This record gives sequence, structure tokens and C-alpha cells, in this order.
Amino acid sequence: MIAIDILQETFWSLSANKVRSGLTILGIVIGIASVITMVSIGQGAQSSIASSIQSIGSNLIIVSPGAQRGNNVSAGRGSSQTLTVADADAIKTEIQGIKAVAPEVSRRYQMTAKGTNTNTQVVGTVPDYLTVRNVAVDSGTFITDNQVKTSSKVVVLGPTARDDLFGVGTNPIGQTIRIKNVDFEIIGVTLAKGGSGFSNPDDSVYVPLTSAQHFLSGDTFVSSISIAASDSNTIASVQQEVSDFLMKRHNIFDPQLVDFSLMNQADIIATASSVTGTFTILLASIAGISLLVGGIGIMNMMLTTVTERTREIGLRKSVGIRKEYILWQFLSEAVALTFFGGITGVLLGWIASLLVSRFAGLSTVVAPSSVMLAFGVSAGVGIIFGFYPARRAANLIPMEALRYE
Amino acid sequence: MIECKNLTKVYENGDVDTTALKAVSFHIEKGEFVAIIGPSGSGKSTLMHILGALEVPTSGTYFLDGKEVSQLNDDELSSLRQQKIGFVFQAFNLLPRTTVLRNVMLPLLYTDTTKSEREERAKQCLKYAGLEESKYYNLSNQLSGGQIQRVAIARALINNPAIILADEPTGNLDTKTSHIVMQAFQELHRKGHTIILITHEPEIADFAERIISLRDGMIESDKKK
Ligand SMILES: Nc1ncnc2c1ncn2[C@@H]1O[C@H](COP(=O)(O)OP(=O)(O)OP(=O)(O)O)[C@@H](O)[C@H]1O
Ligand SMILES: [Mg+2]
Repeated sequence: MIAIDILQETFWSLSANKVRSGLTILGIVIGIASVITMVSIGQGAQSSIASSIQSIGSNLIIVSPGAQRGNNVSAGRGSSQTLTVADADAIKTEIQGIKAVAPEVSRRYQMTAKGTNTNTQVVGTVPDYLTVRNVAVDSGTFITDNQVKTSSKVVVLGPTARDDLFGVGTNPIGQTIRIKNVDFEIIGVTLAKGGSGFSNPDDSVYVPLTSAQHFLSGDTFVSSISIAASDSNTIASVQQEVSDFLMKRHNIFDPQLVDFSLMNQADIIATASSVTGTFTILLASIAGISLLVGGIGIMNMMLTTVTERTREIGLRKSVGIRKEYILWQFLSEAVALTFFGGITGVLLGWIASLLVSRFAGLSTVVAPSSVMLAFGVSAGVGIIFGFYPARRAANLIPMEALRYE
Repeated sequence: MIECKNLTKVYENGDVDTTALKAVSFHIEKGEFVAIIGPSGSGKSTLMHILGALEVPTSGTYFLDGKEVSQLNDDELSSLRQQKIGFVFQAFNLLPRTTVLRNVMLPLLYTDTTKSEREERAKQCLKYAGLEESKYYNLSNQLSGGQIQRVAIARALINNPAIILADEPTGNLDTKTSHIVMQAFQELHRKGHTIILITHEPEIADFAERIISLRDGMIESDKKK
């Protein structure tokens, strides 16, 4: 009987004061939903960047042309053309502990197929690219050594490039695409790897290295050399050896003047995650501020109704209702509001993160910890500021509570 | 049943102290019908709040049924208010935005009664207090002053209290309705309830058997008919 009465009073009290209940719930909903959405965007960015870095290869070391610093003027990293296929071949034969080496020439070109066209990354490379960059073939074949030797006009499409040119899921093998007025015959499609943003492996097309040099770039340089070390423990030593070897090969003795740069995957991951970490902290502080604002909203709502509620408590006491029942009712009201608001907020935050990943193309991860934190803070604020004034009022003599202003 | 000795109430508001009651002593037997009269500000409401265990006197003692009220703890006071006392406030004090019926049933919350019993009793009491049936489901802010007054009276009657304390229960009623209400009080008196009411009107005071007159917080006269 008592429990039923408490629940009924809670229900009546909340529904008789719709504006008050509504505004309190709104504060909670906004606080929780914004925290969940913000944190999910940050965490999603972090994990998608980490996984797209993982997907570019394993035990990978990338050699890029360095900045030319002839007469104290730097033209910027990668601006010089200093790496050649011969460098790649030499690295492969001279240095121990290397599984595969793949030089590549990459650049974006406009390309056309029957009536459609797109602009995407054209990667001129060698068969070892598959090993070095963890790319797999879905249908057809990849570039062969023979095709590299003879500069064949063949092309392997990434699945996204295929979708853009020929339509989703079609099989374009045997058809041709035209890049820079040269027709290339399609011989294969690679398997989707996922990942997004810059140099997306799914949104690239692959041609033999020599074909890219002859028909597209028109010179003999390469834009990078990817090296796969045979063991993850030897990456650092292999990287050092490659560096020493290339300096000797390019006749450079002053380490200040090297014309190439080396980067391994661990470095990239570390850099990227420190960036996304900052990003997450930024979003979390925005979320924290919204939580604070939401919390102050809840608090305000609870405190502005204190006068009315104190009188109500005085009246309840004056007709002989025991203090404990009054407190149970007020606690139950505060809990009902925070839970209703909390669940709505979690749902809304979750929907918002889904919408963000759907329409903004950012992947999002709803972290249980952010849900708990947001829920905990709003519930705490709601319950403390709903309950504390009630407890104070219930301890007053009825006339004092009834006279409260 | 009610015994007051040297009841004194001083309100402290910053620097100004107001003495609302000065050493008031009297005795009321079970089943008496008492009217308290006196000019505005003479301490009538203050006395009534103390009798209703809603306010504590600054000094003096108040015995109800042989128990000293100031010695009771919070829960004992609640039981006392719920079981023995029906109080009609001068300012009515209804729950805002709440129906007439729910207001009247308020004292029955958390008691051993079913919902239908509560509604039944509430309707009886409202009828007794003379409120039209069409108003039972109105919200408390959709009523006239006189209707609010009758709801407040019905709420005081709902737990069938031994003592009914009414602070100007007819203040907002026309002569005809106030007579209906007073006849209801007389009938309750005949059934054995103790009734104490405050009024300004001599005509209303005439319904009572005993008239206590207050002036400046002191008893000026105490006459039995
Ligand atoms: N909370 C309070 N604080 C300070 N003074 C108060 C308070 N309540 C009442 N008083 C003072 O105590 C005195 C008695 O007040 P009380 O309400 O008992 O008068 P009353 O006889 O009921 O008057 P009325 O007929 O106008 O209702 C008044 O002078 C009043 O100003
Ligand atoms: Mg008064």
C-alpha cells in the first residue's frame, strides 16, 4: 500500500507539474546526449585512424624523397626527385632482414570509363606491393613481373574506384579505362580493406610501375619505396641500415643533407594517436561543458521550485504524513526524472552518433564509460538537488515550512 | 483533553520581536464546542497552530490527552496530526494544480485504506462541507474562494478526527453557506467531536457553547453559555 501510494504520488506530482518536469528532463537529456555524441566522435576518429594505419601494411618502412637543401633553401619535404627504381632494387639485394620492397609512383589523375569518369590515385608499382601493403586481390589478377618488364597497359582497380566507374559490385574485368589518353585494360579488382580519408587503398587503381613512368609521369623517379621488414623486432635496425645504405649510395656524408626520409609504421601510429588523443580531449571538454550547463539547468530547476515544494512539504506534514514517506516520494520523483531523462539522453546521444557516422562519414564509437559518466553526473545532480532541499523542508516545523518564502 | 499552561509565543524577526501570545492558560474538555474571537493580530491563529501541533510555543506547556506535545518526536507528532486533529487553515493551503478529490484525500495517504474507500470518504466529506458534486474533479486553482474553503473543511474532516480546529472557516462564505457549514460543525459536535473555531462574526460564535476572547495575546474573557 505504502509503496503504491509513493509511486502514485510521484506520478501525479510529475504529471501535475509538466513544465517543471519537462525542463528538468530537458537539462538531463541535453547534458547526457551531448557528452555521448562528442565522446563517440572522438573515440571513433581515434579507432578509425588507428585501424587505417594498421591496414596500410605490417612492419612497414617507407622511404620518401627528402627536401633538397642545396643552398640553405628548403623546397619542402618530398619535393625532390631523388629515389629511383635502382635504389629499391639495391636495397632489396644488399640489406638483410627484408621481406619485400615495392617502389611506387603515385599521383591523382582524371580517368574515364564508358561515359563515367572519376579522379583518383593511380599507383604505379610492382607485384611485391601486395605483400608490403597487405593488399589482396578479389577477382582477376594483380600486376605481374612480366607486365612491369614490358610496360603493359593493364590496370587493377580498387573496389571504390570500380564502384565509381562501373557501378557497385560489377565485374569490369576485360573492359578498359582511359587515363591521360592512354587505354588500360582491367585485369583485376582488389579486396576492400576499409579505411577512409587520405590515400584510401580502396579508392586507388594500380598499374605497372614502368607503365606509370612511361605513359603518365614521364620520368624515371619513384614517389616512395615501401619496405616490409621480415620481423617486427628488427624494424628499427633495418631502418637504420637502409638509411646508412642510401646515404652511401647517394654520396651524402653530412646527415643534415640527406635527400630522403624514412618513416616506420610505429612512428605514424604514435603521431596520429597523439593527434586524435588531443582531439578526443577537446571534444570531451566541450562535452564536459555541456554536462556542466545541463547540470546547472537541472539544479536551477530544482532550486527555483524549492519555495513551492517547501510549502507542499509543510502541508503534507501538517496533515500528518510522516517525514520518511515525504522523503521517499521526493527521492522517487528525482530518480524518475533523472532516469527518464537519462534514458532519453542515452538514446538521443546514440542516435546522434549514428547520424554523424552516416551523414558526416565519421565513424563513431559509443563508449560505455561516457554513458556512465554522463548518466552518473546528471543523476547525481538531479538527485542531490531534488532531494537535499526536500530533506531540509521535511525537517522543519510544519508552520515554518508553510510560511517559507 | 486540551490543557494549556502559560503558553507564550514570541516571533523573532531580526531585531524586532513580536509577542503573539502572553502566558495563555486554559482547559478544554472532550466534546466541547469553542469559538475563539478577538481583533486582528490578537494571536488567534498562532494559538490555533500550537493546538494543532503545527508550531511550538516559545514557553509554556501544552498537554493533549495527557501527553505533553513538546516531548513528542517527529513521527509521534505526525501520528497525532493524522489521527486526532483536523485542521482548516486560514490560508486554506491546497495542493496546487491538483484535483479537489486528491486534495481532500491527502491525509489518507499511506494509511491502511483502499483507493475506493478513500474516494468514498472524500465525497462524503465534500458533501458535508457543501461543495457541489460537479466540482470534485476541478483543479484547486479553478475554484472560487468559498469553494476552496469548503474543500479545506472537507480535508479536515476526512480522517474523522476527534478534534477539529478551524481558522475562520466561514470567512469567505455567504450567510446561507456559512450556516450550512456551521450546522455541519454542530452535528459533528453532537456526535462527540471537540470543535474549536476562530471567527470574527458574533453570529457565528453564537453556534458555539463557549467563547474565548483574545486581545493582544492574552485571554480577555472566557464565557460558557
Ligand atoms: N511568522 C511570524 N513572524 C512574525 N510575526 C508574526 C508571525 N506570525 C504572526 N505574527 C504576528 O503575531 C501576531 C499574532 O498573529 P496571528 O496570526 O496569530 O493573528 P490573528 O489573531 O490570527 O489575526 P487575524 O484575525 O488577522 O487572522 C501578529 O501581530 C502578527 O503580526
Ligand atoms: Mg488569523
